[in-house]
Amino acid sequence: MIDLKEKLLSSFIAFENQTNIDSYVHEVRSEAIKQFESIGFPDKKLENWKYTSLKNLLNTDYTVLPEINNVLEFKNIKKYLIDDIDSYKVIFVDGKYCSHLSETTHEGMDICILSAALTQSKYELIIENYFNKIALKDGITSLNTAFSNEGVFIHIPKNKFVEKPIQIIHFSTGNESSLMFQPRNMIVVDENSQVQIIERHQSLSKNKVFTNSVTEIYADKKSIIDYYKIQNDNLQASLIDNTYVNQQRNSSFSMHTFSFGNELVRNNLNISQNDEFIETTIKGITIIGDNQHVDHNTLIQHNKPNCNSHQDYKGIYDNKSTGVFNGQIVVNKQAQKTNAFQSNNNILLSNKATINAKPQLEIYADDVKCSHGCTVGQLDKNALFYLKSRGIPEKEATALLMYGFANNILKSVKIPEIKTRITNIIANKLGVKIGFNL
Amino acid sequence: MLKINNLHAQIEDKKILNGINLNIKAGEVHAIMGPNGSGKSTLASVIAGKEDYEITKGEMLFNDDSIDELSAEERAHKGIFMSFQYPIEIPGVTITNFIKTAINETRKARGEKDMPAGQMLKLLREKCSMLGIDRKFLSRSINDGFSGGEKKRNEIFQMAMLEPTLSILDETDSGLDIDALKIVASGVNKLKKKDNAVVIITHYQRLLDYIIPDYVHILFDGKIVKSGKKDLAVELEKRGYDWIKEEINN
Repeated sequence: MIDLKEKLLSSFIAFENQTNIDSYVHEVRSEAIKQFESIGFPDKKLENWKYTSLKNLLNTDYTVLPEINNVLEFKNIKKYLIDDIDSYKVIFVDGKYCSHLSETTHEGMDICILSAALTQSKYELIIENYFNKIALKDGITSLNTAFSNEGVFIHIPKNKFVEKPIQIIHFSTGNESSLMFQPRNMIVVDENSQVQIIERHQSLSKNKVFTNSVTEIYADKKSIIDYYKIQNDNLQASLIDNTYVNQQRNSSFSMHTFSFGNELVRNNLNISQNDEFIETTIKGITIIGDNQHVDHNTLIQHNKPNCNSHQDYKGIYDNKSTGVFNGQIVVNKQAQKTNAFQSNNNILLSNKATINAKPQLEIYADDVKCSHGCTVGQLDKNALFYLKSRGIPEKEATALLMYGFANNILKSVKIPEIKTRITNIIANKLGVKIGFNL
Repeated sequence: MLKINNLHAQIEDKKILNGINLNIKAGEVHAIMGPNGSGKSTLASVIAGKEDYEITKGEMLFNDDSIDELSAEERAHKGIFMSFQYPIEIPGVTITNFIKTAINETRKARGEKDMPAGQMLKLLREKCSMLGIDRKFLSRSINDGFSGGEKKRNEIFQMAMLEPTLSILDETDSGLDIDALKIVASGVNKLKKKDNAVVIITHYQRLLDYIIPDYVHILFDGKIVKSGKKDLAVELEKRGYDWIKEEINN
């Protein structure tokens, strides 16, 4: 079998032939493929990849430039949407934009697709200013950059409150073979604007899917961005999510990541606070079992004074599942009066489940408030007996305790329908029919 | 209702109950008293079905059926309730959510449908006002940050909502000031009916001034060494437990 890296390198020419080679992006891609060629995929020798092996994932013969034209109807995808709210929708099927399922706009803002932004001259300036400016040049991101062509393009101009949330969903159908996707999203929110985004990747077949996604987010002065990722894909799908955030003065960014599905998930969340009075909130709930693997690799860089960050990740691991929490916070010398809080709590339900937790605080300023706490435990037997003694069966009692352990993460979710959806997914995942919300 | 015959129980290798005999009928209030370490709380936990304890001899019959092999939730479905000496704090789970789940799981086990939401709400309000509980209390997490009095009142509130046939109150009076004690006691008295029974486990007799027992048993060294009426509790309060010990040793 041909090596995946070799296959990707040789597919690059075919990919580039379909695109415009005179553009700025062509140069970026050409640089990136060289970068990928020299670095390749990450392996466990790298400190940040010590606990996550891509070996099994890379050992598959993926179709790397899928040419599938499966048509999906609304009824096929309804259950993956949060359909009880009015929203913009940008839907992709097998890497291609699906217009009849989407609801985009160009009225006063751009909520559309990257392929359009990359080819139309009116977007030339914004692409040159923002495309691939904050994404790292590591192997996995460079691979995405080299093949970047399609994904979401969002540009919210100054003083705009986007009333409807934006739902981004990447479906894969992959009826014939294993598939690899490289979605690329670019989100630019200008001064004093506000937007909410929900992202999901969903495979609709039993075939193997490997998604390597890159999202660049620019939060200009006084902007507010709330981002929600629902990772509940089937067990044949794997996701590497690379999200880069650049925050400017007085901006506020929040990311909630809900990880319940997939064979393997790796979240590289990289946030840079580049001016004063910035708020950053990143939270996550992970509930996995079987042989699932979820890795949260986060970095918050405090570069300027008077900024805050709050980080809270909860994880519950059953069977042979493994979790990784690698939370790095860097407070640079200039970043006085920083408040940075990090918390990571884990419950292991089985003897064979593993969590590798590695909180890292690097503080170079002397007038800051930083704290971090990390716990690993089991369910409280006395609490379980308490619930059972009230007539709640073991399975439901366990579910209730697990929900109680994790649900403070939901408090900062601003869209009630997301909370409902997440609690339903949790109940489903835990195999109980009890409602958690009242 | 509950018949306990020659019950022996141990935790790991430590024998705690050494042949308990007890017969509780509907409509009765029993008090079980005894010095620290005599096995009172163990007896309550063993009846409620805590798995840490192993029954080595004897049996427990509830309405003529053995409950020895039943799980804690199955016993609850049959109508057995224990008010905990140290109620557990469970952050993140609201009292309403908890009670609603408990009631509907119990109904499910009995082959009944879920309680309609309207009826549930009405019941919650009714029981809150009966026990003088502010309704805001319902949206708080179970016992999380509660004072001692609030925790005990929450136990009685759950008892009121679940309407058990046998209620075991394990040291419900401990940690309560006199006002809280009166509220809890009056709640228990209001819930008393002809077809249910209450077992009060206590170290002191002061709760028994408010909930009058039909029988008082003294537990010592894992055995009931003396049974009597309400006046036995009064005597214990006056004389302490030492004379019982002497009586046994002679």
